[in-house]
Amino acid sequence: MTSPAAQGRGAGRRRALGARFVFLGPGLFYVTVFMAIPMLLVLSYAFLKRGRFGGVKMEFTLDNFHRVIESVYVSVIGNSILIAAITTILALLIGYPTAYAIARLPRKWRNLALVLVVLPFWTNFLIRTYAWILLLNSEGPLNKGLTAVGILHEPLDLLYTRGAVIAGLLYAYLPLMILPIYASVERLDNSLIEAATNLGASRARAFFTVTLPLTLPGTMIGAIFVFVPSLGNFIVPELLGGGKTVMIGNLIRDQFLKARDWPFGAVLALIMVALLILLFAGQAAISRRINGRGRHA
Amino acid sequence: MNQNLLSITGVSKNFGDVTALDDVSIEIRENEFFALLGPSGCGKTTLLRVLAGFEDPDTGSVTLGGQNLLSLPPNKRPINLMFQSYALFPHMSVEKNVAYGLQREGLGKDEIRDRVADVLTTVGLTDKASRRPAQLSGGQRQRVALARAIVKRPQLLLLDEPLSALDRKVRAEMQLELKRLQHEVGITFVVVTHDQDEAMSMADRIAVMSEGVVKQVASPVDLYSRPDNLFVADFIGSSNAFRGVASEAGVQVDGLGLLPGTFGASSGEATLIIRPEDMRLVDQDQAVLAGTVVDTQFTGGSSTIALSIAGHSSPVLVSCQGSASVTRGDTVHLAWDPSRAIKLTK
Repeated sequence: MTSPAAQGRGAGRRRALGARFVFLGPGLFYVTVFMAIPMLLVLSYAFLKRGRFGGVKMEFTLDNFHRVIESVYVSVIGNSILIAAITTILALLIGYPTAYAIARLPRKWRNLALVLVVLPFWTNFLIRTYAWILLLNSEGPLNKGLTAVGILHEPLDLLYTRGAVIAGLLYAYLPLMILPIYASVERLDNSLIEAATNLGASRARAFFTVTLPLTLPGTMIGAIFVFVPSLGNFIVPELLGGGKTVMIGNLIRDQFLKARDWPFGAVLALIMVALLILLFAGQAAISRRINGRGRHA
Repeated sequence: MNQNLLSITGVSKNFGDVTALDDVSIEIRENEFFALLGPSGCGKTTLLRVLAGFEDPDTGSVTLGGQNLLSLPPNKRPINLMFQSYALFPHMSVEKNVAYGLQREGLGKDEIRDRVADVLTTVGLTDKASRRPAQLSGGQRQRVALARAIVKRPQLLLLDEPLSALDRKVRAEMQLELKRLQHEVGITFVVVTHDQDEAMSMADRIAVMSEGVVKQVASPVDLYSRPDNLFVADFIGSSNAFRGVASEAGVQVDGLGLLPGTFGASSGEATLIIRPEDMRLVDQDQAVLAGTVVDTQFTGGSSTIALSIAGHSSPVLVSCQGSASVTRGDTVHLAWDPSRAIKLTK
């Protein structure tokens, strides 16, 4: 026999669970329909044979994974990682000082500076990338300007190069580097820098021993935010690379839409997801170490 | 008497229209426990930041051991600061926090390890050496901050509101602890505080500041028994103030008559200060003043009686031992030993 009080508690718990589901519901629905199911589909396609006109045949195989190590795909993946890495490093070198400078601005100027940083997002991505074509082509203002002042004698081939792809990616994703770094620099307690100075550290030493380690988690988030979409981007390599620079994003799209080899496309997509998970796990581990919520807590 | 270590001469500092420091001059002696006391916004923290090198004064000079301090960059000054927030590096263990300043001096690994171990023993945190600041209690963090500052063996240790982040009980413990440590390490301490009890119980000498001006520099006893001006008399302890005209026998106050005090020959406008514990309840024939009890407060060992006196605007406070023998509405008579009365002309 249960006491009335226990019954009351049971009912209360059921109500609490119900209320929780009402609030969780939309998010749960979204995650299930738009994340979990597609991911499971991609995961299962990777182990199936390709259908003749796209789609899959319900036969188990591991061949799709073997194909990844064919030299042509290895070189595309390697090339993509290289381009994304260069983009990330450049974004880091430009983004960190920018974010640092914005965080040190007087409060009233900070918001304006941040608006300027995200302003390009208000324009369509495709249009912004087309703008780079105009900027970089042999008749474009860059070449025209450099020839006019006599630095160049004839126009350079700026467009349809790896450099153009990197420039386009950098331009597209730089704000994603600046914002998380800004957030972590802005949050940094200035008395920590003063403490380092007071204990005898020069400005540079205080930066490298205090500011940099404490803003590293935010910086790594920025780096992941730039690296991952750069790696998967297929618009920029196509428009600014002129099809000469193939990246993993192009490859995945082509497998699904042109080659109609869904299983292989799924394998390539899985590789990217796995990379992403690894990067975030690494970031989380380092950030835990820095914040000191490790072993003892 | 110890010789002067730190000389602050005519230091002024303005932030826009706000005067944070106005012609401040203080001498601090070697091995002294010195307190800068004042309400918030009085400039005491600015003065501390000038000493640490985080602010440059507009005018004035500061010398430490005869050497011009202001020409040294903040990271080269033989002065360490314990921050109000402690400012411990969250990404370093206790040990690394303490070692940080020694590493900047370029000392050898062995010497650093020994000195860190020594200072952690001094503050009693040897077993917490590998913890991160986030894993420590408030009192432990405060001791790490202190250890990090004293391990550098500075000529001068500045402490910015060192006890304000601690709860009452830990605070009382740490007051004693700070005093003990100061004796033990033999470093000159300059502590900034807004808490007069804290300053009175710890410091050898106190500079009372208000609105960027040093009102008085004296030992706790002198500040209490011989305040220079009304601000100090009012800020340190409680006091009863009567404005009037000074004469040899006391101060003549309108409506209250001559209030006795022994000041020698004097004249002009003056304020007579009598501490509550110097007031005595007496029989009518010895009375100087008479008043009506408006309130009594029992505070353990003693009681405070508030009296309303006709012709005087603010209530007069009287302390007596034990519980008060009078109740609200009673008429009582007051007198005091004239030599205990303080005369202020400022």
